[in-house]
Amino acid sequence: MTYEETPVSLAEAPTRRLNMIEAINDALDIMMERDPNVVVMGEDVGYFGGVFRATAGLQKKYGKPRVFDTPISECGIIGVAVGMGAYGLRPVPEIQFADYIYPGLDQLVSEAARLRYRSAGEFIAPMTVRSPFGGGIFGGQTHSQSPEALFTHVAGLKTVVPSTPHDAKGLLIAAIEDNDPVIFFEPKRIYNGPFNGYYDKPVEPWSKHADSVVPEGYYSIPLGKARIVRPGNAFTVLAYGTMVHVAAAVCAEKGVDAEIIDLRTLVPLDIATVEKSVEKTGKCLIVHEATRTSGFGAELSALVQERCFYHLEAPIERVTGFDTPYPHSLEWAYFPGPVRIGEAIDRLTKA
Amino acid sequence: MRESQNAGVLIMSTSARGNLPSLSLHVPEPRFRPGDPVNYSHLQITVAGEQPRPDEGCVAADTHPLCLDLVRVLDDDDRAVGPWDPKLDAETLRRMLRTMALTRAFDDRMYRGQRQGKTSFYMKCTGEEASSVAPAMALADDDMVFPSYRQQGILIARGYPIVEMINQIYSNRADKLKGRQLPIMYSAREASFFTISGNLATQYPQAVGWAMASAIKGDTRIAATWIGEGSTAEGDFHSAMTFATVYNAPVIFNVVNNQWAISSFSGFAGAERTTFAARAIGYGMAGLRVDGNDPLAVYAATEWAANRARSNAGPTLIEHFTYRAEGHSTSDDPGQYRSAHEREEWPLGDPINRLKKHLIALGEWSEDQHAAMDRELMEQVKVATKEAEKNGILGHGLHHPFHTMFEDVFEDLPWHLQEQSRQAIHERRVKWPEWKDG
Repeated sequence: MTYEETPVSLAEAPTRRLNMIEAINDALDIMMERDPNVVVMGEDVGYFGGVFRATAGLQKKYGKPRVFDTPISECGIIGVAVGMGAYGLRPVPEIQFADYIYPGLDQLVSEAARLRYRSAGEFIAPMTVRSPFGGGIFGGQTHSQSPEALFTHVAGLKTVVPSTPHDAKGLLIAAIEDNDPVIFFEPKRIYNGPFNGYYDKPVEPWSKHADSVVPEGYYSIPLGKARIVRPGNAFTVLAYGTMVHVAAAVCAEKGVDAEIIDLRTLVPLDIATVEKSVEKTGKCLIVHEATRTSGFGAELSALVQERCFYHLEAPIERVTGFDTPYPHSLEWAYFPGPVRIGEAIDRLTKA
Repeated sequence: MRESQNAGVLIMSTSARGNLPSLSLHVPEPRFRPGDPVNYSHLQITVAGEQPRPDEGCVAADTHPLCLDLVRVLDDDDRAVGPWDPKLDAETLRRMLRTMALTRAFDDRMYRGQRQGKTSFYMKCTGEEASSVAPAMALADDDMVFPSYRQQGILIARGYPIVEMINQIYSNRADKLKGRQLPIMYSAREASFFTISGNLATQYPQAVGWAMASAIKGDTRIAATWIGEGSTAEGDFHSAMTFATVYNAPVIFNVVNNQWAISSFSGFAGAERTTFAARAIGYGMAGLRVDGNDPLAVYAATEWAANRARSNAGPTLIEHFTYRAEGHSTSDDPGQYRSAHEREEWPLGDPINRLKKHLIALGEWSEDQHAAMDRELMEQVKVATKEAEKNGILGHGLHHPFHTMFEDVFEDLPWHLQEQSRQAIHERRVKWPEWKDG
């Protein structure tokens, strides 16, 4: 039963206003309650409840054999999750920062991603790897990266990036229920409030945002379905995570009638929604925070060119982070903020 | 849902055999949580001076009993006793005391600076000063060190200017690392101090590689590296140990066992089963376990390991048994997960206080001199801080010319970085039309 299939009952469900962390915590709580095979593990996730508090209260409620701290070994965390999945559990490991996921890459890329294929379906890896990612918190090069393209490039991994509390809950529930390994990147800049790209203005909390209204109880948002944040005709914006909010703010500020699409799932991609939109608008702006070269924007650009070429009225625009490590003090020079996005919008508008 | 699920449940129900007991998962739990009274009587604290000191060229196995022991020099009467007493002169002891006290004064000031919004992040080493200052003094100044993020004491011991350290912490205009790195992730080649990563344990195999290179070249310099006990769980630690033993590399491995890795106690790195020094046993490497709050024991252990490495007798793993008196970092609140009484009850005391009392017992120091020194060091740090602040504090960052962001990605700027550099500078002019430089 998914959100789209049950609009009526969901519309009647009582709601609460939650921030991203609370929504993620709620999803974990609901899935642990529903499915005794769900286990949560990671560095500091147990008694402490996670350095971002995403697993707060879960150990107390479900006990240490289902919610536990791990040694500082990402290779070990992902490796044991593969083994638990082979047994029949649904592990939800947390990697404390996406920047620290690399020691676990062999277990993800060579093992989890291919278990189903190489065993012809005898073994699967139904794990959801949660990991805070992205910059904008003065985290320097080791607490700011957006490595999603490393994972979208791997056959057999699904990659999900929520941008609102409402979606974070529904997508995480769907990811946990999914029988394939899912990389669930949580944009930590927007854990506590949406971010419009203006670092020097006060942060707005989620409570003032419509998408902080989260239905209580179980619901899922299917993987592979994008969300149209705002319908429009001038051009299509393809974004995910923090950049959905930044792009939307710049479009609003410039008063352009953009159709903003929050991809939500990068693999499998909701290509139908992308094609339909670009065929309508004839122009496409792709925005991500990650480095540019071989970023996921390159894949999106290629897909739009291959599938919508005869509808395009302007070159596809890509706005991204620069091809450098994430700098500490020059963070806001690096970040693809309002100026970079605004100029791309101007080029599209004039074309 | 595509697969009816769940193979595992079936296996469990069909394979539960007869009267066999149910398996159960062991998840480590620390002894004390917030509010708990603390009693450390379970720790086996050895008597200072009783640990044998094998010859530096001995077979590794001769050190293995020491991996389960605790080398101590300073006894309960503040005297230096036993075969591990490094017999340092009073001048050297005062320099060690002063360096540790300066490290602490520096930490206190930088921590306050972060709280006042002058930078984004800071990490103190309070209570662990001996584990960096004493080794730095026992090593030669050109021995290469590969630290983790809590060895600021090494830089201070090597006389690196604290103004430069503060410039780095503030990511200001004078920061030699051009504002690129998170505060405290120093790099100081002139102090033979490797660039700090921020990723855990990566420096361990790198130190082995440097030591192997030194051996390949017939050099006399050795390498030393530091890691927290929590990070010994990373694969890098074990790769480093394997390479070091295979090539008998001239390297010293320091494991600073400060009991806590953020909220995870040492049990999550294996401390419920054995010591961290005992990791050496399985690799056939020399290992020592020292009282990390006893600066003389730490000095002696490093001196022993350095002499061993320098005479081609191989690597040594040293566990510094100590306590992280403060939070992991300014982003951490240890009151959420451990008892505040742990710090007061820690049975090995405080390294600065212990060395102070030793010097007083020797008649080479006094409480008045100590208080005067503390005032002087506070003033020294204050002056350095003011000096660094002339170069700016972090604020919104953006102190360095934007083109510097693109330099050092490669040796030369490829076309795409040249383009992006022009874009960044262009964006700066759009945002701040009055801006002059790049």
